[in-house]
Amino acid sequence: MRELIDEKGLRIDGRRADELRPLRIEVGVLKNADGSSYIEMGKNKIVVAVYGPKEVHPKHQALPDRSVLRCRYHMAPFSTDVRKPPQPSRREIEISKVIREALEPALMLEEYPRTAIDIYLEVLQADGGSRCAGITASAVALADAGITMRDMVVACAAGKVSGQVVLDLNDMEDKEGEADMPVAIMPNLNQVTLLQLDGMLTPEEFEKAFEMAMNACRRIYEVQRKALMDKYFGKGEAGEE
Amino acid sequence: MMSAVKKSIVVEQLRKAQMIELLSKEKRLDNRGLMDFRPVIIETGVIDRANGSARVQVGNTQVIAGVKIEIGEPFPDTPEKGLLVVNAEVLPLASAYAEPGPPDEDAIELARVVDRGVRESQMIDLSKLVLIPGRKVYAVFVDVNVLNTDGNLFDASSYATVASIATSTMPKFYVDQNGQIKQSNEIIPLPIKGIPVSITMARIGDTLIVDPTSEEEAVMDARITLVFDEDGNLCAGQKGQPGTLNFDQVKTVANTAKVKAKEIREIIKGGITEDAKG
Repeated sequence: MRELIDEKGLRIDGRRADELRPLRIEVGVLKNADGSSYIEMGKNKIVVAVYGPKEVHPKHQALPDRSVLRCRYHMAPFSTDVRKPPQPSRREIEISKVIREALEPALMLEEYPRTAIDIYLEVLQADGGSRCAGITASAVALADAGITMRDMVVACAAGKVSGQVVLDLNDMEDKEGEADMPVAIMPNLNQVTLLQLDGMLTPEEFEKAFEMAMNACRRIYEVQRKALMDKYFGKGEAGEE
Repeated sequence: MMSAVKKSIVVEQLRKAQMIELLSKEKRLDNRGLMDFRPVIIETGVIDRANGSARVQVGNTQVIAGVKIEIGEPFPDTPEKGLLVVNAEVLPLASAYAEPGPPDEDAIELARVVDRGVRESQMIDLSKLVLIPGRKVYAVFVDVNVLNTDGNLFDASSYATVASIATSTMPKFYVDQNGQIKQSNEIIPLPIKGIPVSITMARIGDTLIVDPTSEEEAVMDARITLVFDEDGNLCAGQKGQPGTLNFDQVKTVANTAKVKAKEIREIIKGGITEDAKG
């Protein structure tokens, strides 16, 4: 197995254990969508569009007391090293489901009965942690669409690489490391909306990774806020009054 | 939306209020304690034509898993490992609301979470299933069929998968001088390293319960599944449903599930040794 952490404690991309990859979020990148966003997190490049609230098709899906939230996470065929066939894989179907369930608690869907809200995530380039970057970007796009929300949702993974608990795994760390644990939270309501674990952690490492991911989520939340502030209040005026 | 469960908004709300009221007194509809499992019954070797099989009942939930082992080609990114493929289907006979058709997102999630637990716990030593590196390996296919749904399909499917794998046998294959794969007369078991145990809990209101029934699942806010290996390490996890857990609840679940996993491991091991005795 390749050495994923060197003797100085630095990772293959030069990061320390609790360091995030470079992160950039843009708001309102697609004109047709009701809300949209673009995120770069490490080598991840993901564009998200939100359409709705709108009429439900097919009609039988409509709910009398709230909006139907639908979500599609999809990877472009050129987003990975080996071409990914365009039809949705089982992995993409599962991820679409967990992303939807991670975002739904933050949305006041009862405000929009008999409608649908569609979230489309297109992964243009994939790195480790694309579902987390996708959730973070989707929450921004939902806010951009003006959907009433209880809180933002922000996601980040922690895991274990070469015996160490590390934050925000990249593609190689995800594939060759021991464990990957994506976590999404609502940062003001202090609620976990997504938790997955793929790989082995002791109970102590689990707790450490969980804390590390939550702290990182709070840092990423500030980037989400700033991106929205930049769009709606102009650059330079973002932040506290 | 869970295909196997009928959801009616009015009934759901009424039931939920009733359920929360009951749970606040630490009571459940079937008189179980909050942290009690329903009876778990595991029978192995139920299908002669399969390499391994198990029928598992968790209360009224009933699933059957069958293992078929073939010779196949490894995945390009793991040339020196055998294949493990887990598939799950909720059969149309499993409930009044299950429908025929390809697996929906619930069934896909079910199969992938079960797969993750078996794979990440390294229950099967896949490196021992290689005949010609990069070209020929043993391929272990586990198909889980849900026969009757009454909640907690995740754990029932996991136990059936684990028990069927642990009791699987197969003919030993070898590579002859000409590089051809040949079947010998020797029958061998799969290289098993340990028994992973999946524990699913649900949050309804402020209460956490283990092993939810269909009725409880219909009103639950969030579901969480954690899988533990023999040493009490976590090897897979999945939160499900559009609800949340607070930070303390996550920690409580991790601690409680670890204890429960120990208890259930004994039951699974009992089901496996039953088979060995014949």
